[in-house]
Amino acid sequence: MKGLLKSLWEVGSKLWEPKYTAGYPEVKPDLPPRYRARIVLTRDPDGGERCVACNLCAVACPVDCIDVVKAETEDGRWYPETFRINFARCIFCGYCEEACPTAAIQLTPDFELADYARPGLVYEKEDLLIAGEGKVAGYRYWDVAGKAIAGKDKGAARAEAAPVDLKDLTP
Amino acid sequence: MTASLAALLVLILSAVLLAALMVTAGVFTWAERRILGFMQERLGPNRVGPFGFLQWVADTVKLITKEDAPPAGADRPAYLLAPVLAALPILAGFGVVAFAPGWTIADLDMGVMFVMGMLALTVYALVLGAWASRNRYATLGGLRAAAQLLAYESFLGLSLMGVVLIAGSFNLGEIVAAQEGGRWFVLVQPLGCALFLIAGVAAAHRLPFDLQESEQDLVAGFMTEYSGMNFALFFLGEYLAVLLVASLAVTLFFGGWHGPLLPGPVWFGLKVAAIAFVFVWIRATLPRPRYDQLIGFAWKVALPLALVNLLVTGWIVVGGAA
Repeated sequence: MKGLLKSLWEVGSKLWEPKYTAGYPEVKPDLPPRYRARIVLTRDPDGGERCVACNLCAVACPVDCIDVVKAETEDGRWYPETFRINFARCIFCGYCEEACPTAAIQLTPDFELADYARPGLVYEKEDLLIAGEGKVAGYRYWDVAGKAIAGKDKGAARAEAAPVDLKDLTP
Repeated sequence: MTASLAALLVLILSAVLLAALMVTAGVFTWAERRILGFMQERLGPNRVGPFGFLQWVADTVKLITKEDAPPAGADRPAYLLAPVLAALPILAGFGVVAFAPGWTIADLDMGVMFVMGMLALTVYALVLGAWASRNRYATLGGLRAAAQLLAYESFLGLSLMGVVLIAGSFNLGEIVAAQEGGRWFVLVQPLGCALFLIAGVAAAHRLPFDLQESEQDLVAGFMTEYSGMNFALFFLGEYLAVLLVASLAVTLFFGGWHGPLLPGPVWFGLKVAAIAFVFVWIRATLPRPRYDQLIGFAWKVALPLALVNLLVTGWIVVGGAA
């Protein structure tokens, strides 16, 4: 009997205790910056696309939701002609971000991707590209890459040694 | 001419009462879910309308538009009759409840017995529905319903005979009138009141005595196979039964419409709401007893206590009169 009354009191006193329910649509959750949700393509500090269409993200993707078509500029730079992510398939594992050699593809804490139709979940390049640099500031792939492009010869990249002439034996 | 006019008036009043009861039962489902939510440290339904108040409207619309699918091999007429039988007797039982002086649809002299009878009739709905569903879980639920009815009915009626003895009437209005001036019968009949509320929980088929439904071991007991509006009718019956038991408790033990300042019907409604809240509170707290525990408690503890209560009350009343 005492136990019954004590239970009644304990349960009844929960009425005025704070609730655990998150008031989600009105109160947005406070997510950490490394939360893995909507995938974006970032730009370098000059505003150029970082992605070099190397396809490593598409290879790393365990659910094959990334589709990249490579194109090349006149001075030899690779860039994605199309870059497509099917978010209906994506499991937000973040392997693409780890695989990316140019910090182009990044995951953001924006998780509100729901749509009424499946085609709406296939994001094209213009949907994925953002204006900023994302989580990696000040990085520009072509500044550090060894590949020669217009305005930058072999050996001109940052921290790159001058090219060795293989025909010459002198050190 | 005047007789037919009076009959028409009663008909209109009954229709108004029915509509009001449906709405009250709907609001009660919302209130119960909110209170249960708060007691479980969550918010409960709060999406539809202000504070989620229109949740019951959404639920009703959903249930009406849902498909009603009797299982193959079901006894169709009985299957369709059972939910009606669950709601109708309870609605009829409200006909004799005295909401305020003169506010009664049918001012029966045997009001208490009528309500008891109507409450007991609902068990036919459970057993019939269980039988007609042709489902093992439903049948088990129906069996439990029948055995449980015998157990709690044994002391449900006896527990309130003390009140009837003191008031000297079976008429609900006269019983309330006998409690004027704060002489609530709960003060002179505390044991009878406690027994009545215990039996009332069982009569309304509510946790912790909802063994015939008992979703943890019987899926949903007698209404396992029910869906759509038939399911809703069973639920309507259950929630109305809670309100009817609460109304009866208020009438018999808590002074009915009597109270200071506020008008009678308001006091009646407030008291019924308070008792309904206690029902929800008990549901949130207490675990369901085992089947044999409830039956054993009813026959071995509650029934003797009710008899002793009646005996002592009768002794005092008759001794005082002599």
